[in-house]
Amino acid sequence: MSSTYTASPFVGKTFGVTVSHLTKQFGRSTVLKDINLEVRPGEIFAIMGPSGSGKSVLLKHIAGLETATSGEVRIGEYDAADPATRDKVHLALVFQAGALFNSLSVYDNLALYPREHRLYDEAGIRERVMHALSILSLEKAVKKFPSELSGGMKKRVAIARALVMEPQLLLYDEPTSELDPVMSATISEIIATLREQTAVTSIVVTHDRSLAMSIADRMAFIMEGKIRATGTPADFKQPSDPVIANFLHPVVDLKNPRFKQLEHNYE
Amino acid sequence: MKYLSAVLGHIGGTVLLLVRSLKYVGTLPHQFPRFIEQCYLIGYTTLPIVTILSFFIGSVLALQSGYSMENFGAKQFIGTLVGLSMARELGPMMVAILVAGRVGSAITAELASMQVYQEIDALETMNIPPERMLVMPRLAAILCMMPVLAIIANLCGWYGGALVCQYTHFISVDSQAYFAALKRFMEPKDIIDGLIKAEVFGFVIVLVCCYTGLSTRGGPREIGASVTKAVVSSLILILVLDYFVTKIQL
Ligand SMILES: Nc1ncnc2c1ncn2[C@@H]1O[C@H](COP(=O)(O)OP(=O)(O)O)[C@@H](O)[C@H]1O
Ligand SMILES: [Mg+2]
Repeated sequence: MSSTYTASPFVGKTFGVTVSHLTKQFGRSTVLKDINLEVRPGEIFAIMGPSGSGKSVLLKHIAGLETATSGEVRIGEYDAADPATRDKVHLALVFQAGALFNSLSVYDNLALYPREHRLYDEAGIRERVMHALSILSLEKAVKKFPSELSGGMKKRVAIARALVMEPQLLLYDEPTSELDPVMSATISEIIATLREQTAVTSIVVTHDRSLAMSIADRMAFIMEGKIRATGTPADFKQPSDPVIANFLHPVVDLKNPRFKQLEHNYE
Repeated sequence: MKYLSAVLGHIGGTVLLLVRSLKYVGTLPHQFPRFIEQCYLIGYTTLPIVTILSFFIGSVLALQSGYSMENFGAKQFIGTLVGLSMARELGPMMVAILVAGRVGSAITAELASMQVYQEIDALETMNIPPERMLVMPRLAAILCMMPVLAIIANLCGWYGGALVCQYTHFISVDSQAYFAALKRFMEPKDIIDGLIKAEVFGFVIVLVCCYTGLSTRGGPREIGASVTKAVVSSLILILVLDYFVTKIQL
């Protein structure tokens, strides 16, 4: 997939993200525990961690979709939880499950944002939508509805929809989780190219070790709601922390006593 | 106590939704296609069932009143009775009940599933307020369609009554006499009061159903629970409001 993404020259500020002492409880369970992060303007920041560790919840706080139990998230000088921030910072979130509008076709899903905000005329919108779709090889899906797409296609449509929004802050929730290796490479390319051509700041939540290692400027590991470590990809080439080492390079142990019961069942 | 505070919370939330939606009245001209789509869904698709039901309600009304009025020779007033009851009470009430069951449930289910599948979250990150895109066009559409549905219900009910009066042997009031009686005691105010009632019912149903849908949390199971809750609340509200609106109007 060699089509690189050429974003329209983007006028605007770059925003960093500061998460300070963020704690989130759902009922009795504490999902995020005193999270502190500093994402610099214009960088690609990867967040890695096992599933259920609170990555999506953290991303929702940055997008202003959840209110913190304590602590705060700032985007530039603005409070992420304040609805008025959305008028000042253009952010886009690629949801883990896509969150496409079910009643709209793929084309209309992408066109909704520029239409609602009246950014361009129909021809201008069409050009941008088709461009974003072609980058993600979705030309054939233009007229389809979300219910007619596979999981991976939904994810690509969600990414295309975020590209059309021309955001200043782009949040990805596991962008490559349902994609084949070739498509994953394209996503890496898109994220990296966007950083070169626009002022966008990207935060990428991912399990995908190679994605994080190849594109991130810096990365953080989150485990059980806490930040375990922060650093550059080079810092994690040979991680000294055994927990992170095991997460990045899991050892497959077929003699694990946990599976004894399973063996019995099949005897 | 817990229940009471939950109810008060819902009332507060519904009023808040209304206030936030009203801010976007000015955006309606830009949302004209959405408004038309909602008019179609609310009005056109409810029309057949409204016609059929109101026709039979008018007929039954004529039959029952014919049966009782025959005893004291007041048959010539059946038209008056059917006419006024349909226009002032049964027309608006029946349309409201149908709208709650047919339109209200659909609105709740749609908005609840948008909430559960994070479409509402997506709208919010896109800085597109759901009140503007989802609530306002529906409120505007119901205000346009309720009077139309109520008038059609009235007409069908009146004609249903007329047919029964003419062709039921123990009544046999011909339709000319029936409509003469209907017109004689009917004032424009009676019709208008009925239409106002329909407007109030429709508006409240759509508002409550939008609120219930948007405040759904959880998964698919909660979508079903929300629909039930929205329809039941709408029905209760229709009956309670009916009393108060009637009281103000009389
Ligand atoms: N709305 C919610 N209500 C209650 N618990 C939640 C909610 N959202 C997430 N959680 C819990 O928070 C934890 C972290 O979830 P999440 O951020 O989705 O994990 P992941 O790192 O895989 O994205 C999980 O244990 C999940 O059960
Ligand atoms: Mg997640």
